Amino acid sequence: MSVDIYKINPEFRSIMPKDIIDLEDNATWHATAEKNRGISDLTDKKEILEEHSLCAGCPEAAALRYILTALPIPEDTIIVNSTGCTSLMFPHIALHTVHSLFGNQNAVASGIKRTLDWRFPDTIKDVIVLAGDGATIDIGLDYTLQSFFRQEKITTICFDNEVYANTGGQESGSTPKGQVFKMAPKGKVFDKVPMWELAVTSGCQYSVKLTASAPKKVAKVLREAVLIARELGPTYIHLYTPCILEIGLAANEGLWEMKEQDKDRFDSFRYVSPEAEEYLKECKAKGIL
Amino acid sequence: MTLRSQMTAEKNWAGQTMVTADHMLFEAPREKHFMTGSEVVKEAMKRCTVDASVSYPITPQSEAAHLIGELWAEGYIGTYFRGENEFGVMSEVAGCAMAGARTVTTTSGPGTLRAMENFPMWAGTRIPCQLILMARGINSPLTIQPDNLEVSFMLETGCMIWYAENVQELFDMTIAAFIVAEKPDVHVPIVTVVDGFFVSHTRESVMLPADDIALFPYDPYAAPLPPIDSEMPPGRFLRDPFVMKSNYISYATHASWQWEVRSAAERSRPYAKHFLKGLVHSVGDEDAEVVFVSCGTASHQSKEANRELTKLGIKSKVVKLRTIRPFPTAELLEATKNAKYIFVPEFNVTGWLHNEVLQALYGKSEATVVGKPRVAGGMSMPVEVILKEVGNFVKIEQGA
Repeated sequence: MSVDIYKINPEFRSIMPKDIIDLEDNATWHATAEKNRGISDLTDKKEILEEHSLCAGCPEAAALRYILTALPIPEDTIIVNSTGCTSLMFPHIALHTVHSLFGNQNAVASGIKRTLDWRFPDTIKDVIVLAGDGATIDIGLDYTLQSFFRQEKITTICFDNEVYANTGGQESGSTPKGQVFKMAPKGKVFDKVPMWELAVTSGCQYSVKLTASAPKKVAKVLREAVLIARELGPTYIHLYTPCILEIGLAANEGLWEMKEQDKDRFDSFRYVSPEAEEYLKECKAKGIL
Repeated sequence: MTLRSQMTAEKNWAGQTMVTADHMLFEAPREKHFMTGSEVVKEAMKRCTVDASVSYPITPQSEAAHLIGELWAEGYIGTYFRGENEFGVMSEVAGCAMAGARTVTTTSGPGTLRAMENFPMWAGTRIPCQLILMARGINSPLTIQPDNLEVSFMLETGCMIWYAENVQELFDMTIAAFIVAEKPDVHVPIVTVVDGFFVSHTRESVMLPADDIALFPYDPYAAPLPPIDSEMPPGRFLRDPFVMKSNYISYATHASWQWEVRSAAERSRPYAKHFLKGLVHSVGDEDAEVVFVSCGTASHQSKEANRELTKLGIKSKVVKLRTIRPFPTAELLEATKNAKYIFVPEFNVTGWLHNEVLQALYGKSEATVVGKPRVAGGMSMPVEVILKEVGNFVKIEQGA
C-alpha cells in the first residue's frame, strides 16, 4: 500500500514511543525518499531495525542493517525468516515479517508471494527470505531448491556463519571441511556445500557469494537481487557473517575475518542470467539501481 | 486470465453470484447428483470463492487435489500449484493464508504425518485454512488402505477437527468449515475428515445447490491478527525476542497464547451447532440402553447394526459425533444419559475415539463403555462384528 500505515493517529502521538514516532518522521521510505535508499542513510536516518539482541560485534547484525537500509520498497516488503540467530533480530524489524518453522522459509514465502500476486496484481510486493545456513542448506534445502525450481519470484538471502551458532556451535553443511565443531569432534569430513552454485543449476536468475565486509557492496547486491526477483524469478545471495563467538574472535575482529575470507572461501562469485543482465541495464537507465 | 479485480459487489471473480452460507447450505434449491467424495470436494470448493490451494499427490486424496487444480484452470480459484511434499505444502498453505487467502488443501495418512510440524504452527498462527483429510493407514509395511489412526495425531494440534460420514456431509461440511474457521472470534485452522476410499471413492446420491452461486470471499481485515500483506501496520508486538528470554513475561505470553488458541476453537461451538445442525446427530430409540458412539464410516455401520438390532427386538441408538475438536462433551452426555452399554466402533487399532469418550464420560455416566469393535489396516466393519460385540453384553436371539 503506502507508507501511510506508519503514520500515527494524532490522538495517540503523545503516548507513542520515540522509535515509533521516528519511523514516521525520519525513516527512509520509498514513497518519501528523495533518492534511492542506501547505506548513506545509516548515518542520519531512522533505521527499520530498532535494535538487536545478538552478541556484541556480531557481523550478522551489521549485515541486516545494510540489507534493511537498501530495500527498494520497505513499506511493501515482506521478509520471511527461519529459526536461528537471525530470528532473534526479527522482532525488532518494523516491517511485516514472518517466523514460521525451522527450514520452511522458502515454502512460506512461496505461498505469500503467490497470494500477494493474486490479491494485488497491480502493486509491487517484494518477498525476501532471510535465514541462516542451517535453515537454508541443511534442514530447509529441499524447500530452498524447490522454490528455485518453481521460479518463485522471491529473493533468498543466506546468512552463512558456517555453524549452528544459536544451538551452541555444531557443524553444519556449510562448515568448511576439517573444521572441528560440536558433532564433528574429529573435524568435518565433507566439503562446504556450494549453495551459490546449486542456486545457479536450480534456476536462480542471480546468485552472488560475498562477505558483509563492504556495506555498499552488500546494498548493491541486495538491490539487484530484489529488482530481478520482482520481474524474472528467484535470486540468491550467499553472505558470510561469521560467528565470532564460535571461531574464537573478539567483538572487534569480525570485520577482519570477513576481509580475510573475501580472498578465500568467500572470494567473489557472481552469476547473472543473460535476461537478468539485460534487465539490470534497464534498471540503471531508469535510475532505480 | 482470472483477476480478483473482476469481482463486483454481487459477483465473484468467476462470475458466480455471491450468497451467504445460510443461503448456500439451507435455502438454495438443490438437485440430485451421483458422485464420489473426491468429486464432491471439487463441487464444494467451486462454491466457496477460494483464493488459494496447494496440492501434493497421495492416495486416496490425489483425485480431490487435482480436481481442485481443475477449478483453478477453470478460473474459480485464484492461485494453485503442486508443492514438493506435504511438509512444504502445509507451509505453502500457511504462507497463502497468512497473506490473506481463503486456502484449502488435502492430504492422507503418511502425508499428514510428514506435515505434522505445521499443524500446531497453523493453529498458533491463527490462520483459518482448511485441510480436507481423507484418512488412510500410516503403518509399515506400506499400506494405502482405509484406517483413521492418523486422526489421533491431529487431536492436540490446536486445529478444529470435524468428521463427515458420507459424500453429502463432506459437501456441506467443507463449505461450513470455511465460514466457522473464519469467524473473527474463532479464526483457527479446520480439519475436515472423511474415511479414505469409503467416502473419497464411493459414488453416492448427493443433493447440490446450483454452481452459479458461491460464498462471499474471506475478509482478511476482519482477522484477529493482521494479514502479512503490508497493508496494515505490522504487528510489532514483540520488542523482545520471543525465545531465549527466561523471564515471567515470556513464559506468560507463550502460555496464554496456547490457552487462547484452544479457547478460540471452543468459541466455534455455537457456529458449528448452527451450520452442522448440532455437534452430534442421533438416530434410533431415545431411551435405548445400547448406544453406539462413533464418527465417519463407523457411524454408517452402526446404523446398520441399529437396524438389525431393531429387527431382533433390541432397542439401540447411534450417536454420531460431527465435531471431534472441540469435543461435544455436553451433547454426548445428554445423548447417552439412558445408556447402559456404550459401544465405540472404530477404524483403528488404538481406539482414540474410545479414549475420548471415556474421558468425556468419566465420573458422569454409569454406562459400561466398550471400545469395540476395532478394525484396522483396511478391514471393513461388517455389521456382524458389531452385533457380536453387543452380544457379549446383551442377549441376542439368533436366527431372527
